[in-house]
Amino acid sequence: MRFIVCVKQVPDTTEVEVDEETGTIIREGVPSVLNAFDEFALNLAVELKEKSDENIEIVALSMGPPQAKEALTKCLAIGADRAILLTDRVFAGADTWATAVTLGRAIKKIGDADVVFMGQEASDGNTAQVGPEVAAHMGIPQLTFVTEVDSVNSDHVVCKKETDEGFVSIKCELPSMIACMHTPGFEPRIPNIREIMKAKRKTYEEWNHEDLGGEPSEYGLDGSESVVIRTYSPPPKGEGIIVDDEPETAVNRLIQFFEDEGIL
Amino acid sequence: MIEIHEKVCIGCEKCVKVCPVDAIFMEEKIAKLEQELCISCGACVTACPVDAIEPVLKACRANSAEYSGVWVFAEQHGNVCRPTGPELLGKARELADELGEELCAVILGDDVEDLCDELAAYGAEKVYMVQDEKLSNYNTEAYTTALISLISKYKPSVFIMGATHLGRDLAPSVAGHLGLGLTADCTGLSITEVEGCKVLLQTRPAFGGNVMADIICPNTRPQMATVRPHVMQPLEPDHDRKAEIIEEKVKIASDSIKTEILEIMEPEETGEISVEEADVVITGGRGVGGDEGFDRLRELAKLLGGTVGCSRPIVEDDIMPKSHQVGQSGKTISPELDIVCGVSGAVQHRVGIRGSKYIIAINKDPKAPIFEMADFGIVGDINKIVPLLIERLKEKSC
Ligand SMILES: Cc1cc2nc3c(=O)[nH]c(=O)nc-3n(C[C@H](O)[C@H](O)[C@H](O)COP(=O)(O)OP(=O)(O)OC[C@H]3O[C@@H](n4cnc5c(N)ncnc54)[C@H](O)[C@@H]3O)c2cc1C
Ligand SMILES: Nc1ncnc2c1ncn2[C@@H]1O[C@H](COP(=O)(O)O)[C@@H](O)[C@H]1O
Repeated sequence: MRFIVCVKQVPDTTEVEVDEETGTIIREGVPSVLNAFDEFALNLAVELKEKSDENIEIVALSMGPPQAKEALTKCLAIGADRAILLTDRVFAGADTWATAVTLGRAIKKIGDADVVFMGQEASDGNTAQVGPEVAAHMGIPQLTFVTEVDSVNSDHVVCKKETDEGFVSIKCELPSMIACMHTPGFEPRIPNIREIMKAKRKTYEEWNHEDLGGEPSEYGLDGSESVVIRTYSPPPKGEGIIVDDEPETAVNRLIQFFEDEGIL
Repeated sequence: MIEIHEKVCIGCEKCVKVCPVDAIFMEEKIAKLEQELCISCGACVTACPVDAIEPVLKACRANSAEYSGVWVFAEQHGNVCRPTGPELLGKARELADELGEELCAVILGDDVEDLCDELAAYGAEKVYMVQDEKLSNYNTEAYTTALISLISKYKPSVFIMGATHLGRDLAPSVAGHLGLGLTADCTGLSITEVEGCKVLLQTRPAFGGNVMADIICPNTRPQMATVRPHVMQPLEPDHDRKAEIIEEKVKIASDSIKTEILEIMEPEETGEISVEEADVVITGGRGVGGDEGFDRLRELAKLLGGTVGCSRPIVEDDIMPKSHQVGQSGKTISPELDIVCGVSGAVQHRVGIRGSKYIIAINKDPKAPIFEMADFGIVGDINKIVPLLIERLKEKSC
């Protein structure tokens, strides 16, 4: 069987700061990390492979600038068998649709995917759209908000997924796309030295738009259907009132605040 | 695409600082863009003090004239309308008026005819309804098929859904199949004119809410977006308002359904308001200190007619169920009032509470990041502050 895990390198958002003057994000010196949900998805795939009697190959796939190789190197150390980076100037500026087209074509080229694992959403764009759009592009069923994979065999997978009301246990025919999000208490694997060394001998490839076929205009910005026309900082909330005082005084001031603002 | 007008550039380097992908660099004191890296986020456009940077828009395709009508997806569960339907109809009424187009609701399910009157009361002029037993419970394939059929036949110009779990599963499936642009989790919608065409301007937070982005989908129809629940206001329901009901039959082949629900695990109805729907949320974090502390938060919530939410470690420690977790891997909330107790304010938590109207933070650490977004903050010990607050509120209500 073959699992393909789509991973994205994202800015480490916990460290992102807003420029006071312009209200935009300062990225200087902010490190990039593997998107947390994607790392979870990869961990799930590796665990399933270890538990399974079948012969499973795990391919980590990413679209991004050349630096995204770092993220893939990490995936190889965690347990992917092979990694492919889709990198080309024509891929730049892609929205979710164009990203899905690119990933979808690469997945088709790799061939014979039984499960395409994705993160539920990437922490930079927070759209949660690429997974379902890849599924649509490939014409395979999708499961989103997946928190656990109970079992997988060559014709179906059983997962637990979160819904608006709670959870459902759901069975899905393969091939399928599974978008994963954390279960509480999840601890990612930290590769040891031996795994890191072993990763260096695994297959790493880079593909450009010619490898995927089609016209350059179908990729990246030209292939995108949504256009960002402006970005700005969220409307300022106004300076908050911070009270560092005796509890009684602080609570009285809070009650006063409620009254002034007509909250209660 | 982004263009830099080199003659206008004054070499201040502000764009270089703001670029999230380091795509801009200085060459002989002039900003240059490496298109290969550029993600067209437009951060530099906003930052430039002299308007030397400009986004380049694509023109609307002529066929947009064939599309008309503002559609709202009316989500139902167990044949009860979800609040997002009425909420979105409220906003969509404005959009439809501005476009001079019809406002329509779409409802899918089995035996959902009774819900049409409710949708009419909230402003729908037409209700498109598909009834089929395969639609009684949500199923991605069946719902996608039904919606794609309706869209292809009736050609609406705008189609919006709630950004619930269901909406965030269904919308990209529909958009993916039709090859449409789609904007996720919008907090604002309006109509704007681009090159003489009236288009839907979709506003959404990105980068964990640090940046707002205005997005259009100029070339594809319908213009699709999911909208964050609890952000838009429903109209006052008017039960005299009637809608034209159009029932469509859609062929949903069993073979097209690849998923099967084995078990439904829904928490028992506790009568509690969910964190997303509550007007008042008391959010507790690790600083609250276990069950006893949370009992006190529940008391406070009860006094204010609200509900209790929590940070992720509280779910990991089994103090609260996952359905109450607020944040990136939990729920996004937008109450009138959020009293945040003993939460440090990690970005993954903050993204979930940004939509709250008033944020009150109580934390003993004056440097806790949560204070940065608080309208009112108290530096102090929860064990002292919360009981006092409860006492004072009780006094007030007597
Ligand atoms: C991919 C990913 C997704 C995540 N998703 C979420 C999510 O959805 N929701 C979420 O909440 N987190 C999420 N997290 C975790 C997040 O990064 C933080 O670890 C978490 O929010 C911290 O919870 P906390 O604020 O309750 O705990 P802490 O960070 O430990 O903060 C406790 C606070 O309580 C204060 N305190 C302690 N005692 C008292 C007292 N007696 N009186 C007053 N104040 C006191 C302390 O000063 C401190 O500020 C996610 C992380 C990752 C990597
Ligand atoms: N450039 C990319 N390369 C590889 N995978 C991606 C890329 N962008 C998005 N994905 C996948 O799609 C998921 C959802 O991303 P998004 O729709 O951007 O929130 C991510 O968690 C990844 O698994």
